[in-house]
Amino acid sequence: MTWINDIVQGITLGGFYGLLACGLALMFGLMRIINLAHGDLAILGAYLVFLLLEHWHVSPFIGILPVLPVMLLLGYVLQRTLLERSLRSGLLVPLLTTFGLSIVIQNLLEQGFSPDVRSLGQNAGSIATSSWQITSKLSISTIGALTLGVAIVIFGLLQWFLSRTQAGRQMRATAQDPDTAELVGIDSRAVYAWATAIAVAIAAIAGMFLAIRSTFFPYAGPDNLIFAFEAVVIGGLGSSLWGALLGGILLGVAQTIGGQINPEYSILAGHLVFLLVLASPRGGLLTLGVGGLRRARAARGVTT
Amino acid sequence: MSLLAVESLELRHGLLEAVRGVELTLEEGETVALVGANGAGKTTLLRAIAGAHRPSGGRILFDGRDVTRLRAHDCVRLGISLVPEGRRLFGDLTVEENLLVGSQRRHGGHWTLETVLAAFPMLERLRDRRARTLSGGEQQATAIGRALIANPRLLLLDEVSLGLAPLAVEAVYESLATVIAQGATVLLVEQDLTRAVSVAERVICMLEGRFVLEGRRGELTREQITDAYFGLSRGAAA
Amino acid sequence: MSAAAAGPVGPVRGAVQRWTRVSAGFTTGFAGLIAAMALVPVALSGNAVQEMTTLLTFVLMAVMWNALAGYGGLVSVGLQAYIGLGAYATVWLANRGVSPYLAMVIATLFCGAVSLPLSFLVLRFRGAQFAIGTWVVAEALGIYVSFDSSLGAGTGTSLTQLDAYSQGSRQNYTYWLTLAMTVFFVGLLFVLLRSRLGSSLQAIRDDEEAAASVGVRVVAVKRILFVVAGLGCGAAGALTLANILFIEPTSIFSVNYSAYMIFMVLVGGLGTFEGPIIGAIIFYVIQNQFSSNGTWYLVALGATAIAFALFLPRGLWGELEARSGLRFMPLGYRLRAARASGEGGPPP
Repeated sequence: MTWINDIVQGITLGGFYGLLACGLALMFGLMRIINLAHGDLAILGAYLVFLLLEHWHVSPFIGILPVLPVMLLLGYVLQRTLLERSLRSGLLVPLLTTFGLSIVIQNLLEQGFSPDVRSLGQNAGSIATSSWQITSKLSISTIGALTLGVAIVIFGLLQWFLSRTQAGRQMRATAQDPDTAELVGIDSRAVYAWATAIAVAIAAIAGMFLAIRSTFFPYAGPDNLIFAFEAVVIGGLGSSLWGALLGGILLGVAQTIGGQINPEYSILAGHLVFLLVLASPRGGLLTLGVGGLRRARAARGVTT
Repeated sequence: MSLLAVESLELRHGLLEAVRGVELTLEEGETVALVGANGAGKTTLLRAIAGAHRPSGGRILFDGRDVTRLRAHDCVRLGISLVPEGRRLFGDLTVEENLLVGSQRRHGGHWTLETVLAAFPMLERLRDRRARTLSGGEQQATAIGRALIANPRLLLLDEVSLGLAPLAVEAVYESLATVIAQGATVLLVEQDLTRAVSVAERVICMLEGRFVLEGRRGELTREQITDAYFGLSRGAAA
Repeated sequence: MSAAAAGPVGPVRGAVQRWTRVSAGFTTGFAGLIAAMALVPVALSGNAVQEMTTLLTFVLMAVMWNALAGYGGLVSVGLQAYIGLGAYATVWLANRGVSPYLAMVIATLFCGAVSLPLSFLVLRFRGAQFAIGTWVVAEALGIYVSFDSSLGAGTGTSLTQLDAYSQGSRQNYTYWLTLAMTVFFVGLLFVLLRSRLGSSLQAIRDDEEAAASVGVRVVAVKRILFVVAGLGCGAAGALTLANILFIEPTSIFSVNYSAYMIFMVLVGGLGTFEGPIIGAIIFYVIQNQFSSNGTWYLVALGATAIAFALFLPRGLWGELEARSGLRFMPLGYRLRAARASGEGGPPP
């Protein structure tokens, strides 16, 4: 019954994908921005943790803590300088901006850190390699469970923030209709900036987990980016944030099971499941339904 | 000092002039109605006062302070609230969330969630309904409540009767009367001339971006207003 | 252009005019340019011919991406699917005895044929779902191809049948085919845009639902563009293979192609006819002049993209068109007031 083991492994992998997808879903849901630099920002976060750990020999889980405010600030500044301006020129321009940003980040990282492949696995200690033996056939890797747990906590916190706080309410209102949001006293630019800040900080957390359970190098961003996008789209657009986590989990399970059949098939299996979900009537797990999506788009005055 | 003073205001849509040479003052507690045909520039003027449209010339002074270049959310903080044309509620938010989203962290002010629900009793049982499922009249009430909860000193209303059944309009105007009785300063744009004249102390008629007629409620005849509305005579300014 | 002195009442007679003096002049010049370009292999060295081929494939890719995104409103991140398919189909056909250049043409048609059923899957969507959907299709195709050992699997393959030609001949024939394909697809797009399709596209761009309500067959129109883009990129892929000789799945199916297309079209001017051509030339120049500088060239490329996004969001040609109102290609409609003598202005 290795299938159960695979499914569990796939779920924990999905936790990582969900974490990576979280910031993407937030930025897209709020601003319709497809952030092509998201993967690179995650890798940047991993490198910052690495830098810190060179001088301060602690676990990456401690190292991420001072990196978070830096990434929050970076996201905020990014939005207020580059993305805000790009948004004003139309929905396609941020594609160009984030593409440029992606290349700049990748190559500056290579200049600064060398193209070597690294890992933060040793710094994390036994957590990176240990696992819990549940039954004779079923074991869960500690880092996998931790990633999934953190993903659930972060998604939960974000959802709570959006549903129950005034700031979250204002964010949701701005997502629906930024013009009217301004008319009721919401500073839409600040809302956008905070959303990007949060998205980038969460990306850094995802980057740290990637660095621990696997390896990273300056050009690793785009490799993982497509999985994050797949997770968001599988989960369904225009729906709740949880869709990105569910999408990630489905993707992770598909990849793991596909990999069982043949290690070469794992990524392809993920793509096939993605295309199957896309071809299904609803087009996504938690989609509002075509009418809902169109209404949401119409409210934003978007026809593309 | 007037609460609102608009001086030589010029507003454009791209290259097209929408409003030109408009002068307007509003005293605290006044209710003024702005009437005119479609395209006369009324909505644009209201949006400019609310900070949602950048003037290309002239000034807007609120309580003596120059607010010409202020963005909309800053105007709300100062006390100017606009109920936009077509309600523009946040469809996926509930009625209660729509109301709360407009509240400012300002101390004092009569309007809270409770008092707004009291002024618009039909909303009480709709608190947890998504705004997009409401009828026109219910949406209008929510939209006005959303603007009120910021405790504005100047309330701007853009075509609140548009698309509403007569009974709903009746209800809206009844609640509006309560609001006005509270001492609010109101500038409303209204297509329904009877309604406009009934609630406002002063009536201004706009045509092609200019004020063409102004007068107090008793002074102007219906003929004068309708003539000015359709531009049949360049009416006498009061 | 004389204006009729019309009175305050009464109709002004006018005529719809599609060509202006400027556009007529430009089109003639353009035709001359193409004739000149056909002579390139005669005039320039083998290396230069190869470079020109590279430039033309960029132009083809950029024009195709612009057709989808600029005119169709469909942002695709997956046109590399056809680039890869076009290249690999060429190899497949050549391995079975088809003459290489004929194989390229057939491979192009094959890509068009593949794009048709794919359109039924992805054209249900717009926006991000469409973009990511097309990207995943490309990735899946690339992985699928990499399983085929007869096509070189993951290590790649080349079009060995081209060894039958001398290097000079190969470069020249490749160039001419590339020129012919590029001119064909640019011309095809021009004809489509001048036809009713062009007006339908404009309507869809402005308001899709309103367009549908007046009878525009929205999905059918988009499908035509989608298949044309599939054909064009298939050609680009086959020609790239002929130009660089060796391909492997990860590079020929790489999303970088989409990134370059985004760069070329947005820098040149999205939704303009001339823009992608300008953007392709700029991209080619940057690649050529600076690639020896390693990673700094890439940083410069990224920084250029950001700079354009911030300061010239409409792209070079878009800005030019917006500021001057010039239209070099006769794609629009102009209303000409009737002359005082009562005739409508005749088109040349």
